[in-house]
Amino acid sequence: MNLFDYIRPTSLDEAIAAGATPGAAYLSGGTNLLDLMKIGVKTPATVVDITRLPGLDSIERLADGATRIGAMVRNSDLAHDSDFATAYPAVAEALLSGASGQLRNAARLGGNLMQQTRCAYYQDPKSACNRRAPGTGCAAIGGETRNHAVIGWSDQCIATHPSDFCVPLAALGAVVEIAGPDGTRDLPIDQLHLLPDAASAGGMALHPGELITGLRLPPEAAGFRAYSRYLKLRERTSYAFAIVSAAAMLRIEDGVILEARLALGGVAAKPWRRPEAEAMLRGTKPDAETFHAAAKALMAGAKPSGDNAAKITLAKRLATRALQRAAEGTPGVMPALPASVFPSEPTDRGDHADA
Amino acid sequence: MPDTFPTSGAHTRMGSNSGQPMTRRDGLAKVTGTATYAADNRPEGVLHAVYAMSSEARGQVTSLNVAAALAHPGVVHVMTPENRPPLARDPDSKPGGMALRTEALQDNSVRYVGQPIALVVAQTLEAATEGAALLSPTYAVEPARIGFDGGEAFETDSTGFGSPPTVNVGDIEAGRAAGTHHFDATYETPLQYHNAMEPHAIVAEWDGDHLTIDTPNQAIVMARGAFADYFDIPAENVVLRSPYLGGGFGSKALPIGPQLLTILAARELQRPVKLALRRDQMFGPVMHRGATRQRLRLDMDETGQLTAIDHHTTATTSSFDTFIEGASAASRNTYASPAIATSHSGVRVDTGTPGAMRAPGEATGSAALECAVDEAAEVMGLDPLEFRLRNYAETDPQTGKAFSSKALRECYALGAKSFGWENRPLAPRQMRDAQGHLVGWGMGTALFAAHMNKAEARAVLRADGSAMIATAGADMGQGAWTALAQIAADGLGLGIDQVEFRSGDSTLPNGGVAGGSGHTATAGSALFAAGEGVIRKLADLATEDPESPLFGAGNAGVVARDGRLHRADDDSRSQSYSEILRNAGVEELEGKGEGARDPGHAEARAMFSHGAVFAEVKVDPELGQVRVTRLIGAFAAGRIINPHLARSQLLGGMIWGLGFALMEEGIHDKRTGRPVNGDLAGYHVPVNADVPMVEALMVHEDDDFVNPLGVKGVGELGITGSVGAIANAVWHATGVRPRSFPIHLETLIG
Amino acid sequence: MTLSISLIVNGEQKDIALEDPRATLLDVLRDRVGLTGTKKGCDRGQCGACTVLVDGRRINSCLALAASQDGAEVTTIEGLATGDDLHPLQAAFIEADGFQCGYCTPGQIMSALGLIREGLADNDPERIREGMSGNICRCAAYQGITEAVIKGHKAMTDTGESQI
Repeated sequence: MNLFDYIRPTSLDEAIAAGATPGAAYLSGGTNLLDLMKIGVKTPATVVDITRLPGLDSIERLADGATRIGAMVRNSDLAHDSDFATAYPAVAEALLSGASGQLRNAARLGGNLMQQTRCAYYQDPKSACNRRAPGTGCAAIGGETRNHAVIGWSDQCIATHPSDFCVPLAALGAVVEIAGPDGTRDLPIDQLHLLPDAASAGGMALHPGELITGLRLPPEAAGFRAYSRYLKLRERTSYAFAIVSAAAMLRIEDGVILEARLALGGVAAKPWRRPEAEAMLRGTKPDAETFHAAAKALMAGAKPSGDNAAKITLAKRLATRALQRAAEGTPGVMPALPASVFPSEPTDRGDHADA
Repeated sequence: MPDTFPTSGAHTRMGSNSGQPMTRRDGLAKVTGTATYAADNRPEGVLHAVYAMSSEARGQVTSLNVAAALAHPGVVHVMTPENRPPLARDPDSKPGGMALRTEALQDNSVRYVGQPIALVVAQTLEAATEGAALLSPTYAVEPARIGFDGGEAFETDSTGFGSPPTVNVGDIEAGRAAGTHHFDATYETPLQYHNAMEPHAIVAEWDGDHLTIDTPNQAIVMARGAFADYFDIPAENVVLRSPYLGGGFGSKALPIGPQLLTILAARELQRPVKLALRRDQMFGPVMHRGATRQRLRLDMDETGQLTAIDHHTTATTSSFDTFIEGASAASRNTYASPAIATSHSGVRVDTGTPGAMRAPGEATGSAALECAVDEAAEVMGLDPLEFRLRNYAETDPQTGKAFSSKALRECYALGAKSFGWENRPLAPRQMRDAQGHLVGWGMGTALFAAHMNKAEARAVLRADGSAMIATAGADMGQGAWTALAQIAADGLGLGIDQVEFRSGDSTLPNGGVAGGSGHTATAGSALFAAGEGVIRKLADLATEDPESPLFGAGNAGVVARDGRLHRADDDSRSQSYSEILRNAGVEELEGKGEGARDPGHAEARAMFSHGAVFAEVKVDPELGQVRVTRLIGAFAAGRIINPHLARSQLLGGMIWGLGFALMEEGIHDKRTGRPVNGDLAGYHVPVNADVPMVEALMVHEDDDFVNPLGVKGVGELGITGSVGAIANAVWHATGVRPRSFPIHLETLIG
Repeated sequence: MTLSISLIVNGEQKDIALEDPRATLLDVLRDRVGLTGTKKGCDRGQCGACTVLVDGRRINSCLALAASQDGAEVTTIEGLATGDDLHPLQAAFIEADGFQCGYCTPGQIMSALGLIREGLADNDPERIREGMSGNICRCAAYQGITEAVIKGHKAMTDTGESQI
């Protein structure tokens, strides 16, 4: 890790002034930034610790029914806030399926939205990477690509966005609140993570010096509480990034879907959502075939970026499954294995007999 | 060796410590954070060292920016091939036995990613780390050779550390011809990395030509000698302390380059120097399990009896040294067959050199063999357990010798019963749970040789009747601090709390190697013999003392128990150790013992631990996600010194099998040779949630031949059998035969 | 630049002149405060060996800049036993053989304490397994760990300790 200046401003203005200097980086929970500094991917000249900025650590229900979450709210606090988890169960489930109890205690909302890709080539400063070092190329192409993007990628970059949290947030149309040298602005979460295109590797839509101060879930986002799930495929039962994940939320009345939300994680450089896929479900009855058709529409145009064609099949099937599970109703209590396709194993199978 | 060495069955001096499920004697230190692992040592004035790693797999380092590193605040020294002081032993030498080449800046060449190319020493860890980064090496790069098809194939003259690559029994062509049913398949296993929780670490300090090193080591006295050779000092001048290893699994026996460089730096700077590997450095110079490609051809007659087993393994090794995963050896001793052909070849790739990793050869070989046997059972239309029973080896298939003991049939029966195997449908895809997930049951046979090496021990009985007993044993988690103390206390006829057990330090008698699952048997035998030596002398004192109630009983006429000698023919006549010593005017009595296998028994018998593992998996039919919902093993491994700890060892091995089957895989970029998952986020090992139910049952087994204690070993047994059991359960659930490990979920979806 | 920070470590105030802003809480605990019970397994939040409680929450001390923790209350494995009296979780880990090599154990125990204080594990083994999955044990003593958390939690509940 390079030497840096550490400062801990006490006001947002002070923080932004410091953050706007060349080479500055904002530090919140540190679970991603510090990690990237240790492996030489991030080399900030100044680390601006924003963890103690006032007023960024609350969860508020606004008068119009929206919910605002401060950028310094911890993942664990948000997931375990009973009002929040009741209103947005898929978000809570996604949060609890990510990382570990320790990391969720440290990680904050803002940092989570800013989380960088886990592409091995991005993480290796010796490898070509347009995202890390624009113009150097993409070493992932032609490399080990089992975990890479299958939709929305370009020859510039085939990385995926690793967050679980952002997937249901995208489905719910969350709005990111940003402050910077030029004042404050709102940005739909759909525009926070930029897809690569022919000319650029994508990345974050924040301008230099800008930081995330909070996130709003619009009033209608609370309308899916009764039919929401987040599911995640991974290489081990817990403490692993998704191979593919899916958030599905439905508003059902009298057996008819009034509105549907559907987003996928692990397939693209951002949470993958398409309103036209959701529109296909509106006015239909929950049904596996319709769900599958929507999932197919969501992944239309997908193509492997390497040895990862199976992810396309998995993504469609997982999206279908998430819709099915959502249609069955939000579980009464958080599953013991959040986001797992498996329910809890019975406990009376020989172990802990005396417990 | 002692003059007399009674076997366990007839041995009346065996006390009440062995066989007890005692909790760990080192438990208190480990749960309070006071157990001192190597990197926990902080001698006054210690400097921190970090080595710079090659980012290239093959070529030459052409420049290092030493000035930039030295300019970084806190950096005090940079060692490169230019200024590296000489070593008395060439790091590329292999003096025989257990040795591998290592990289200690002998030249500018680079032979794998992660190889040390410089050592940076600084006042702080932060400065040393950044100093190493600032070296910004440049290279003349040659193309990396990675994978079976990228590397250079060769014929090997050994597997492991010098084992024969080819063993043939009977006439393989005749066996093949005798078969009416034939099976032929190829299985692949990937590179695997040990990844003990404690990264290798060393704190080195010189005092003149005396060297003290705190470093985790599985073979303390052997390693002491090797370190001494590198620095041209007598072995006695090296003190190697390794009271606790944070896991070893085979990766912590041989000196490695970074340790040598740290010792050199400590001498150069005349300061203590500490180096602890980073996790990403655990994917280079500290060995790994080579990848294997195994072709298995099984031939059966009409009744399902094997007529031929042909097992050929191709394994990867490095470009500069040879360690071939001896996977085919699994087929030499597991199932009966009139003809067995086992052979190996190698492929050289640009990785570090593989080495012994928990059940080296056995784990990979068992994985393939148990899958193949399961597939053969399917060919025959037989239940997999029935097929295994029809091919039960009553004598060792390789040598024809009788087994020293083999309760495998009992393991099959107990495991099957506990698991409920009899209800298993023969065909796959027959069982589903309430959620519609596919359920499958599979099994595998566990087998591991009952190795012994050589060890020594020393016991001293003190005037107060307590004793000190010592051997340089190594506890890497298997429980040596406890199990060896139990054996030692029995040898002395004392309660365990009357015995001060010293271990983990090279100043003590050679405790042999904590490896090959033979440490308890070997060091335990030495300790027991040392205690027995003391008791023999004590018995002489008592039985020759006319004042003693034991007078005239003769050495063999007394029994040691709870700090007293009793007459064997009259238990009421006894005398305490302290009284015997006092009456004889003796301050203390010393005994020495050695542990090694009786050569006669070794010649006459085949010696293995056995077991049977049963697995239940659930598989999502559309998504391929797998969860191992039950894993039950039944094992027979001779006398169990501590059932509590042996069970933990077996469970740990079984969970290693789970990791092998479903997740472990070291992936190197084929173009650069760089690990793409060289950390614990990418290299997956099982977590707690992966293991909802695992059980290890133990089958009683008396063995009068393996050693006087009747002890085999349990450290590596659990991983064998388990991989196959899980893979076979995956087939039984899905109908898809896994032939490549780990089993990726996308291979299970239609 | 030298930063002055102060930590309450196991109830004791430690004023530390931090010459290097790069130091993590883990390295400060081990190298400066001299509490080496907390272990470094990966240094990247991928194994849990460095778990400590900060202001009552379990975190990976390897991914916390010490400077950022100024003023925090830190509890490490050394802060659990009272004299010779083991904390119920420590006793339970020994009893259930919730470890082998012991290297991950301080992190496991601190994580278990954090999990219990989070109040979410109940006595459901599956929730405990999930909740303890951020602590890798390569020896794979998982069954003992889960059993130890259940036993330790029960003992804590019996003594009212989990409410602290």
